[in-house]
Amino acid sequence: MIKLLTKNKEPLEVSTADTPAERQAQSASADAAEGRARGGHNVLVRNLHAYYGEQHAVRGLDLDFPAGEVTAIIGPSGCGKSTMIRCINRMHEEIPGARAEGSVTLDELDVYADGVDVTAVRRLIGMVFQKPNPFPTMSIFDNVAAGLRLTGARGDNMRELVHKALRAVGLWNEVKNRLSEPGIGLSGGQQQRLCIARTIAVEPEVILMDEPCSALDPLATLKVEELIDELKERYTIVIVTHNMQQAARVSSTTAFMLDGELVEHAPTNEIFTNPKDERTERYVTGKFG
Amino acid sequence: MSALTPGALPMVSRRRRVTDIVMRSVLALATVVALIPLVLVVYYLFHKGLAAWGGKFFTSDPNGNFLGYAGGIRSAIFGTLEMIGLASVITIPFGIAVALYLTEYGKRSRYANLIRYFVDVMTGVPSIVFGLFIYIVLVLGNVGGTGFSAWKGSIAVGLLMLPIIVRSSEVVLLLVPDSLREAALALGAPRWRVIWKVVLPSASPGLRTGSLLAIARGAGETAPLLFTAVGAQVLTGSLTGQMNALPLQIYYDIQSPRDQIVTRAWGAALTLVLLILALNLIARITSRRSRLA
Repeated sequence: MIKLLTKNKEPLEVSTADTPAERQAQSASADAAEGRARGGHNVLVRNLHAYYGEQHAVRGLDLDFPAGEVTAIIGPSGCGKSTMIRCINRMHEEIPGARAEGSVTLDELDVYADGVDVTAVRRLIGMVFQKPNPFPTMSIFDNVAAGLRLTGARGDNMRELVHKALRAVGLWNEVKNRLSEPGIGLSGGQQQRLCIARTIAVEPEVILMDEPCSALDPLATLKVEELIDELKERYTIVIVTHNMQQAARVSSTTAFMLDGELVEHAPTNEIFTNPKDERTERYVTGKFG
Repeated sequence: MSALTPGALPMVSRRRRVTDIVMRSVLALATVVALIPLVLVVYYLFHKGLAAWGGKFFTSDPNGNFLGYAGGIRSAIFGTLEMIGLASVITIPFGIAVALYLTEYGKRSRYANLIRYFVDVMTGVPSIVFGLFIYIVLVLGNVGGTGFSAWKGSIAVGLLMLPIIVRSSEVVLLLVPDSLREAALALGAPRWRVIWKVVLPSASPGLRTGSLLAIARGAGETAPLLFTAVGAQVLTGSLTGQMNALPLQIYYDIQSPRDQIVTRAWGAALTLVLLILALNLIARITSRRSRLA
């Protein structure tokens, strides 16, 4: 599974597809032709409630994120989509006064079970944030190695793992000659890919992305989207986005949230071409939100 | 619409112009008046202080002789360095630990707010009160076998420095963006490692600046040492005995009827000011470097 990560030119052919439907057909047939194994694990969210103090941000949500697929979460600002994915790796509870109820399971492992070590959960479920946030005191190399070092790993193959992660995000050729320079010296798009490299260096099973491209220019966005397309071979990916074109481009299923509740979850082209719920239709056609 | 001609807008009135000149002059004058004492202090320091420098000023101790050379300030310089050094070694880790609790763990809890309140109160306590406190608690009881001793002076100065370090460190730690903490936590790092590997390194230039400013503040204090460390004139390395210090030397020398000794006070004052200036400069340079990073 991991060897797939080293191919970084491959998604260019995928991106030639013009519509999501075409693209899906293309990538599906490519998968069939190459007989690739779908990696990752299923994430099941059941009856999830999340609160900020008294404020009820997520109100009883059931969602499945199938292994090896990209699921997009769309919805207007403040609808609870970021809160929802932050509950999946238990980052939500880091905010003072915030709490979550319900269950989130990774295959059959309940991440909210008593006595579960949150750090272990977060190692399995990585996260990429809206704003690129490389560690300012660390070099490019150390930023990627940080994930490993911060979780207490040490070893001889650190260099190898860092190089592999940088290749996987297509950053290797851009930074191989300046690995010891500060990570914040990179451009915004490069920084975001560096953060993705940092996330996958720990080898998680699931990657959560909270509007990963909203601080990036269109070209950098394209690169990250190509990367997502590649990473889905190995990881279960959940991406929150404000950009509906992006949801259409990268995801196979899309969930539409409104006011802390799930309105509709369906294959992406269905959501955008033939939504069942009137509210979804109004949102995707730009009538509100 | 017709084109605008030169007379279309009203001119600035004469009254407005006069008011402007008068007010500008008043403000400039106030600045000059405020500067006068500052310039005079610096002038006298250098004028009188430099007269004392030279010869064995930095290499001999005050000897108490009534005739001849009265000695230099070696023991005072070393005493200040020793006592402030000890105070810093005790106080800086302590202060940063308190600040870490306030920013990383306690946050807005009632206990943390109580600590913040007490730290603020401590900032406002006059330095002589810390001296008195240590005098009563440690000196009068001959704690440690001796009455007046250098380590007690260090503790008194440390008490004075502690709230400064806590407050400045807290501000700096709060400046570390939460996005960095989140990034590290989301990687699966335990909180102590996040603090050790991400928060502290990001904040370190600011922490250093705050600590240096606290040291500079402590180095200039006379009052906490007056009832705690006071006494010795000779150079001593022992922290359990009495010890000289620059502010103490100045305090006693300035009361002397002998011109030579009064001049030594000026020389010691200049030394102290330059020492503190050097600390401030280092603090400023390190904080500037952090802004570039």
